[in-house]
Amino acid sequence: MDNTTDYSAPPLPTSPAGESEAAVAQRAASRSRRAFIVGGLAALAGVGGWRWLLTRPADEGTPWPFRRVLDANGRLSQAYFRETRLAPTFPKSMATTRQNGNIGLAESFVTADWRLRVQAYAPAGAPARVQEFTLADIKALPRVDMTTELKCIEGWSIKVNWVGARFSDFLEKYPLATANGREARYVSLVTPDEKYYVGLDLSNAVHPQTLLCYEMNGQPLDGPHGAPLRLVTPLKYGIKHLKRIGTIAFVDKRPADYWAEQGYDWDSGH
Amino acid sequence: MKRLVEKHPLAIRWFHWLNFPILSLMIWSGMLIYWANDVYRVGWGKTTLFKFFPESVYKTLGWSQKLAQGMNWHFALMWLFVVNGLLYVGYTLVSGEWRHLLPDRNSFREALLVTLHDLGLRKGEPPVVKYNGAQKIAYTAVVLMGAGSLFTGLAIYKPVQFAWLTGLLGGYEWARAEHFTLTVGYVLFFLVHIAQVVRAGWNNFRSMVAGFQIVDAQHPAAGEPVPAAPARPFTPTLPA
Repeated sequence: MDNTTDYSAPPLPTSPAGESEAAVAQRAASRSRRAFIVGGLAALAGVGGWRWLLTRPADEGTPWPFRRVLDANGRLSQAYFRETRLAPTFPKSMATTRQNGNIGLAESFVTADWRLRVQAYAPAGAPARVQEFTLADIKALPRVDMTTELKCIEGWSIKVNWVGARFSDFLEKYPLATANGREARYVSLVTPDEKYYVGLDLSNAVHPQTLLCYEMNGQPLDGPHGAPLRLVTPLKYGIKHLKRIGTIAFVDKRPADYWAEQGYDWDSGH
Repeated sequence: MKRLVEKHPLAIRWFHWLNFPILSLMIWSGMLIYWANDVYRVGWGKTTLFKFFPESVYKTLGWSQKLAQGMNWHFALMWLFVVNGLLYVGYTLVSGEWRHLLPDRNSFREALLVTLHDLGLRKGEPPVVKYNGAQKIAYTAVVLMGAGSLFTGLAIYKPVQFAWLTGLLGGYEWARAEHFTLTVGYVLFFLVHIAQVVRAGWNNFRSMVAGFQIVDAQHPAAGEPVPAAPARPFTPTLPA
């Protein structure tokens, strides 16, 4: 006997040696039958579950059970979310560009005429307020320069240098997200032509890396990249980086979101 | 004389057979996601030996234009994949099954002998209790790969909240490539696994469904010494 051997597994349980061959065969057959019937039923249940899932009525472009799971995942990640967790930043020299997405940019448009319309938070009982801002108003806020990774929901990513005002600085100077001592839950952003729209949790909007952005890679934003002002938030996929902001609204009801309506995750957070 | 040997506990059979459709659907939904940015290939410089994937593959398998669907399946089934995997690992630890699965210092030599035997270069397989060295290595590796998929997946799913993890894995782009590579690993594992199961035959396959395997009584019972297996003297063997 070799006592230096390892933690060798114990022998497998075995039926008694005296049992007749016929008895063993019969026991094997009945156990096999039972196991394969249970397995077959489980497989059928799986196929049934698959078909049930795919035939559920759609909730915003996807069968509702998927929407429920996406929203539960979103709530979980919002619960885990911390403002102090920052997206990694990179040297400005790594910045590149890749233009993608023109929805909401078709209308011709003169930057000088542009105004940012903000609908202040108006919970029941509070008066509706709308305030307009020029680009100069936004540029008057502290200037933030950061190079972060833009991640497209398609799976590619690039580093981009962004310059703009923190959304949180904007709200500090213009406290439009609060009323009667309460704070809005969500932010809605819409292009001037209302063709593209996104929603964010207010907690994500006031993250220090969420910018109202007016410069990209050292140049003022051009048309295809969302001139004169776009949203930048490295906490979300590129689909949330709305270009050419027309209206911002602070609300309690989850705002409509262009890609969420096509079956994508509303949260789309990182 | 025949006897029944209890090979696979009921729990392990359930974990195994639940994992099969779950992992298959994870790979399928992963491919729907991958289609939207299908940048990986095998090759060097401008030479491409194989592109993941040629257009015909997407067409044949219907993988095009289903990014949202792919993400929705992936981010629902990920929970089942993780829970089933954790229950499996937990069960092997609590039940002692890990003793059958974890490779030991003999396993690597044994794996080599098994490989030579399977390739027809050597007669006779090393005697084993339940799994040979090659199996121990493969079944432990695939569990580690599962953990790898969980971590690389988390790194690309929430790269800001888990920025430390994403950074540890070499950044977002690398984590995505690693996540994909592990998937290629599962497919390779699957191909070898299926070939070996076919080769091992019905008696072995049935044991993963019904739990038992029929052995000839010539095979030593517990406590009888196995000739030619000095390092494992008190173990019965299963037929190949």
